[in-house]
Amino acid sequence: MTPVFPDEEIARTIPLDEIDVSKPDLYVREAAHPYFARLRKEAPVHYCRESAYGPYWSITKFSDIVAIDTNHKVFSSDVSNGSFVLDDATLNPINGGISLPNFLGMDPPKHDAHRLAVSPIVATENLNRMEPLIRQRTQKVLDELPIGETFNWVDRVSIELTTMMLATLFDFPFEDRRKLTRWSDVVTASPGTGVIDTWEQREQELRECEAYFKDLYAQRARIAPTGDLVSMLAHSPVMQELGSEEFLGTIVLLIVGGNDTTRSSMSGSALANHLFPAEFAKVKANPALINSLVPEIVRWQTPIAHMRRTAIEDIEFQGKKIRKGDKVAMWYLSGNRDEDVIDRPHDFIADRPRARHHLSFGFGIHRCLGNRLAELQIRVLWEEALKRFSQVEVVGEMVRVPSNLIHGFIDIPVRLHR
Amino acid sequence: MPKVIYITHDGAEHVVDVPVGLSAMEGAVQNAIPGIDGDCGGAAACGTCHVFVDQAWIAKAGTPGSTIEKEMLELTDNVAPNSRLSCQIKLTAELDGLVLRMPLGQH
Ligand code: HEM
Ligand code: FES
Repeated sequence: MTPVFPDEEIARTIPLDEIDVSKPDLYVREAAHPYFARLRKEAPVHYCRESAYGPYWSITKFSDIVAIDTNHKVFSSDVSNGSFVLDDATLNPINGGISLPNFLGMDPPKHDAHRLAVSPIVATENLNRMEPLIRQRTQKVLDELPIGETFNWVDRVSIELTTMMLATLFDFPFEDRRKLTRWSDVVTASPGTGVIDTWEQREQELRECEAYFKDLYAQRARIAPTGDLVSMLAHSPVMQELGSEEFLGTIVLLIVGGNDTTRSSMSGSALANHLFPAEFAKVKANPALINSLVPEIVRWQTPIAHMRRTAIEDIEFQGKKIRKGDKVAMWYLSGNRDEDVIDRPHDFIADRPRARHHLSFGFGIHRCLGNRLAELQIRVLWEEALKRFSQVEVVGEMVRVPSNLIHGFIDIPVRLHR
Repeated sequence: MPKVIYITHDGAEHVVDVPVGLSAMEGAVQNAIPGIDGDCGGAAACGTCHVFVDQAWIAKAGTPGSTIEKEMLELTDNVAPNSRLSCQIKLTAELDGLVLRMPLGQH
C-alpha cells in the first residue's frame, strides 16, 4: 500500500530549480515526499537559490547523507560557522532569535568534552535501572485512557510519557513538568506558527527557563552528585566553564533532543498502527519482533526532518561545487525513503530485515546521544499497548507541526479498540 | 574461511566462519549473533559494533585503522585500549581464530 501524497502532480512538473523543500507548509500537509522523490532521482545534490533561509543545498540520498554527516572536518556544525538547522534564528541572535550554543552545535574538541560530561545519563546500566519506572508509568497512562471515546493521542500519550521521562532525567519538580513541554515547543517556534506571537515573547519564556534551571543548578551544586542531568552539569569539571548562554543552550538541547523527538515517534506510531494494523498484529503474535518494530517506527516517522551543516572549505561533492560558507541540509526524511537502500520505503514493515539501518538518529560524531533511551521508551509503550488494545483508530483530521525540522504532530484524534 | 569467536557480554560463545573480505561486524549480523548492531552498515559512523579484541589478537587486529574510527571510539561508552569498531576489522586468513568480546548495551 503506497500512500498518496498531496502535490504529486506539481512535484513532477515544477522546474527543478524552483523546488524549495524548506517551506513549512509542505510539512503541515505532509506533502514534501513527492518533491524529495524527484530530487533523489534528478538532482540528489540540489541547490535552492532562494528560500526563507537564503540559498542552501539539499542532500536527499541515503548514502550521500552518511558521507556529509561523517565529514565533520569540511561540513561543520559549529555555531560560529552557522548552525545545525536551516533557520539561523533558532540558535543565533539574529532576526529576533537569541544565542543558544550547545554541543550539537560544536566541532571537536569542545564537542567531545561536553558530550562526555552528560553521556553517563544514558549509559546502559542507567537505562536498565530506569526501565521499571518507565514501564510502571506507561502502564498507568495507558490504563487511564478511555476505550471507544475520541481523544488526542499526542497529548494523552506522547506528551505525557516523554515529559515525565524528561522530568526524571533532570530530576525536575514533577508537578511543574508541563513547563518542560512548553519550553520544548518554544525553542523551535518562530512567530506566526501558533506557538508564540513575537520574538520578545520567545526570549522572555526562554529566560524563565534559564532562571528555573539556574535555581535547580544551585541546589544540586550544594549537595553531592545525585545522578541527574542538572547534577551532572553542576559537578562536571569541564562544564564549570559554561557561561550563561551555553548553560541555557545545553539545557535546551537536552529538552528538545529528549522530548520533541521521542514524542513524534510515539505519535507517528499511532498513525502507523491505524494504517498498517496487520504489521502490529504480527508483533502481537510474535513478541520478539518488537526488536524490529521499534527502529521501524523511528525510521518511518523520522522525527528530525533535517540537520544542516556549513561548508568551511570549497569541496566538490557528487560533481557539484559546494563553496565555503554554503548551507547544506541533510534531509533524513528523504534518505529514509530512498528506494536504493530501503525496500518499499513508504510501507511500515514490522519485521523489516535490517530495520536498524536508518538515518533518524544521524551518523558520525553527533549521532544521537539518547537513541537507546528513545528506543527503550518506544519499546515499553508498544509492549504494554499491544497487551491492552487491538487497534488505535485515527478518527479525525490530524494536525501536524508546521516545521521543516520537527516532523511531528499536534493533534491525532484516536479511538481505542480493546 | 577464517573462524571468528564472538563472546557476548554474558559469556556465551558463538563460533562462525566468516568469508575473507567481510568485516567482523558483517559476520556477526549475518549470523544473527546478539551484541553487535551495525546500525550504519559499516561506515564507522554509529559506534554500535563496538568490540574488545582478545589480548592474544592485539598485534593483528587491535589498532584502530582510520581517524573516524578513533573519533567514534572516543565517544563510545566503556572504551578500553583494546576497543575496535568491528565493521573496520576485515577478515583475512591471518585472522583465523580471532576472539572478540562484546560490551554491555548492544542488542
Ligand atoms: C526518537 C527519538 C530521537 C531522535 C529521532 C533523535 C534524533 C537526533 C538527531 C538527528 C541528532 C543529530 C545527529 C547528527 O547531527 O548527526 C541528535 C542528536 C542528539 N540527541 Fe537525539 N534524538 C532522539 C531522542 C533523544 C533523546 C531521548 C535524547 C536525550 C536523552 C537525545 C539527545 C540528543 C543529544 C544530546 C544530541 C547531540 C549529540 C551530539 O552533538 O553529539 N535525543 N538526535
Ligand atoms: S557498523 Fe556503524 S560503526 Fe561499525
